[in-house]
Amino acid sequence: MTTRRDFVATTALAAGALALGRPQDAAAHSRLVPHVQDRMDAPTRDLLLLAIDSCKRAGASYADARIQRVQRNSIFTRERQILDVVDSDTMGCGIRALVDGCWGFAATPRLTAEGIQRAANEAVATAKANRIARDKSVELAPNPAHPDATWSSGFTIDPFTISIEEKTTLALAVNTAAMTVPGVRFVSTQFNFLKEERNYANTDGSVIAQTCVRTYTPIAITAVSADRSDFAIRESVVQPTGRGWESVLENDLVVNAKKWAEEAAEKLKAKSVEPGRYDLILAPSNLGLTLHESVGHPTELDRAYGYEANLAGTSFVAPPEKALGSLKFGSPLMNIYGDRSQPGGCATIGYDDDGVKPDEFDIIKDGIFVDYQTTREQAMWLDWWYKKRGMATRSHGCSYADSWSSVAFQRMPNVSIRPGAKDIGWNDLIAATDRGIAIMGRGSYSIDQQRYNGQFGGALFLEVRGGKVVGQLRDVAYQFRTPDFWGAMDMIGGQKSYELYATFSDGKGQPGQANAVTHGCVPTRHKQINVINTGRKA
Amino acid sequence: MSRFIDPHAPRSLLLADDVVISRADAQRVIEMVVKLSKADAVQAVVRSSRTRNVRFAANQLSTAGIIEDTTLVVTSFIGKKHAAVTTNDLSPESIERAVRKAEAITRLAPDDAEALPVLGAQTYADSSAAWDQATADLDAASVTAAANTALAPARKGTTLTVAGFLVTGADAVAIGTSAGLFAYHRNTSANYTLTVRTTDGTGSGWSGEDAVAWSKLNFAKVSAEAIEKAERSRNPVAIEPGRYTVILEPQAVGDLVGLMPRYFNARSADEGRSPFAKAGGGNKLGEAIVNPMISLTSDPTNPMVMTSPFDGDGMPLTKQSWITNGTLSTMLVPRSWAARKNLVATGNPNNIILGGGSMSRDAMIASTQRGVLVTRLWYLRETDPRTMSYTGLTRDGTFLIENGKITKSIKNMRFNESPLFLLNNIEALGPVRRTANDGPGTQIMPIVKARDFNFTSLSDAV
Repeated sequence: MTTRRDFVATTALAAGALALGRPQDAAAHSRLVPHVQDRMDAPTRDLLLLAIDSCKRAGASYADARIQRVQRNSIFTRERQILDVVDSDTMGCGIRALVDGCWGFAATPRLTAEGIQRAANEAVATAKANRIARDKSVELAPNPAHPDATWSSGFTIDPFTISIEEKTTLALAVNTAAMTVPGVRFVSTQFNFLKEERNYANTDGSVIAQTCVRTYTPIAITAVSADRSDFAIRESVVQPTGRGWESVLENDLVVNAKKWAEEAAEKLKAKSVEPGRYDLILAPSNLGLTLHESVGHPTELDRAYGYEANLAGTSFVAPPEKALGSLKFGSPLMNIYGDRSQPGGCATIGYDDDGVKPDEFDIIKDGIFVDYQTTREQAMWLDWWYKKRGMATRSHGCSYADSWSSVAFQRMPNVSIRPGAKDIGWNDLIAATDRGIAIMGRGSYSIDQQRYNGQFGGALFLEVRGGKVVGQLRDVAYQFRTPDFWGAMDMIGGQKSYELYATFSDGKGQPGQANAVTHGCVPTRHKQINVINTGRKA
Repeated sequence: MSRFIDPHAPRSLLLADDVVISRADAQRVIEMVVKLSKADAVQAVVRSSRTRNVRFAANQLSTAGIIEDTTLVVTSFIGKKHAAVTTNDLSPESIERAVRKAEAITRLAPDDAEALPVLGAQTYADSSAAWDQATADLDAASVTAAANTALAPARKGTTLTVAGFLVTGADAVAIGTSAGLFAYHRNTSANYTLTVRTTDGTGSGWSGEDAVAWSKLNFAKVSAEAIEKAERSRNPVAIEPGRYTVILEPQAVGDLVGLMPRYFNARSADEGRSPFAKAGGGNKLGEAIVNPMISLTSDPTNPMVMTSPFDGDGMPLTKQSWITNGTLSTMLVPRSWAARKNLVATGNPNNIILGGGSMSRDAMIASTQRGVLVTRLWYLRETDPRTMSYTGLTRDGTFLIENGKITKSIKNMRFNESPLFLLNNIEALGPVRRTANDGPGTQIMPIVKARDFNFTSLSDAV
């Protein structure tokens, strides 16, 4: 782990390079090799081992500790103005202890031997206090130790080595390009970068050092009518990614900004949708969030057992003994899998916060539900199912804590749809549709606490007539019952149309935690879905 | 060697035994930042918190923890440039590093044409009653014992499963500037939410309480309310979606009306992109926008929801009336917009209060021919920014009222509705309550009765 002192030296160097005026172009960067993770440094390792040893001595049967550093850098702009430049850096240690089958957790920013010992004692004391409310003991699925493991996400340009000047210049150029379009009055461009250094050790003997980077550059372009009686927004144009500055350069933001601005201006004049049933053609940039909410969340095992009942909710994919291998989730074209290994995925990681190396696993096979997302604790609950299928009982590696100060629990891996066998894409789906709406980007989204009734908007709605796009629509939202919506999927894009959709901040848990997750998607068509008009006059 | 286990590493300016940073320690940190700064001006914000929580679900205790952290935000101002750096390492060495880094980034940042000077000394309302020492000092055993008030009886029977969350917090915030501003506030909070589900999977009920002090939480009352709702909501029947008279309990009102404050921004309205934009330019200040029974305010000194008497910039907060008797009476004016348009800046409110009325819940039900009683709302998302329209669903206790009585448990429904239309269609207001949400609450909301609430589809979710 780099110390904050090293970090200052790095940024000073980067700033110096820029002061010489050397342009940072994509071609120059493409020669850079992916970041390689060093083994954990001795002081961090010593503190982690002190944490878990202290828990053991105080009576824990199992313990793990994470020393994490999260750096964030954000640039906020509107039109020709810089609103803010914000850098943050947080570091601390979270310690989890299992005593007599009960969990306790404590988190501290005091990274000294004294601070760590105190937090370890707090974690054990909390676990012990919990024993009076214990009914069943926590049991962890077997997991091999990973001593001295390292992993890094596949970024080639660390965004934290790029100067503020270069970032702000690009963000303002995006705004300027968008503002050249008549009718466009407002643009906001944000650049957000995050770098996590995750150091982990557990009493099974794992010691793991990992680094990951995430990038998100949301842009919103607003067109306002001349008499100020109406406005329209084009947003959701760029996906978050588990990559670095290289991804920003590849997105060609300045050139595309003008196109997105033209779409905003056209949206303002678009006709309001006639409610009714339509065939929907959903781009990966729209389908991703619908998949996330209607498939990703209900297949979390903690939800199925009621562990999130008080806030995020339970699941219609329950009880597990009735759902596994039996529940018809959607059409036979529907194949969904979980993984934490796709390059550029926001949930991609080498080892999870239980010290598990995640695997790729089927969640829905030919439309039938076959497995849940799990952690070490949860995998044991499905021991009977894995034995029945002749599989080893193991966690799928979905344990995650969003900060050193948060307790690890089950979070979504990358949950993706497998491409269809036919080599077709977006244009083929449109050409095959007589009366439909093609939807791009995310808009309003809402789904009930068991994930049955969803209502989703979008960023851009294209009216399809006779196999052709005839213009934009607005005020569109599609509303469905989850198994009906997936059952109505009758066309699906092939491998060449596979794209990554991602969400930067997905909430779950109490206290609330946010994770970032990617959904690999192809364009899909869903027959005769209920479309409502969300526009209302005051 | 890293600073982690360096025995000679500088000690944090925090005293190890404070629950959260004290006024004196915060002042020392801020004075150090101001002294170190070489920028034209500097602002320092210190936030410190310690929270304790217990979660339980499926009749099991699941996770529990104690979390503490303190962060420092240094914002440097040089000419028209500014930038901020945040760190959670409060050693003198780290504080100096943060100040130097903020200055380095500021120099690289482009000019901000709307850059404002930092605030000088201000006068604030007293907020010391927002702190309860016993809550700050609460131990793990007390919280677990509280969880047991729901867990133990649920385990004894076979018909109910409980899921709940108990969280207490102690928070402090301090702001200082090189122009002489110093503000400090600390508060405690205690929050309990409970969902009770019937084991046959057909019923679910929710209740929650939120207070400054742990001692004010009534665990038995929360349990009784959630159990009653769960039992009563078994085997719901479907009714046709459409426009219904609704009785929204305070939590449901807060879920929808609590979304309103950001729309009061004068700048968005003046720019023509807000429900309060006026065709032809300007905003709807002074116009009747909802039913004259409605008054919506913010007040950091209200004892039920006492909050910090200053906002994130150190602007003093006083009572503000956003809607007075149905008329848009104040718009939220950010400092930058105030400077450009020669207006008075309002500061950003920390709480929202909808005034109540005298009609009891029972009287509301008795006066309803046919209507829907709603416990709380879920997953609200904006569908049309022009009219402040939202979609969302009912949850954890939705009932049909017929001829003045609750007659049936009904299936949950999705709505597409605007809080503006709700407040326009009000028929009666009842007693207020501090809402619980899923964390510390900063709302006071009444139970309300309103006509023509727009339910658009059914949900099978329980």
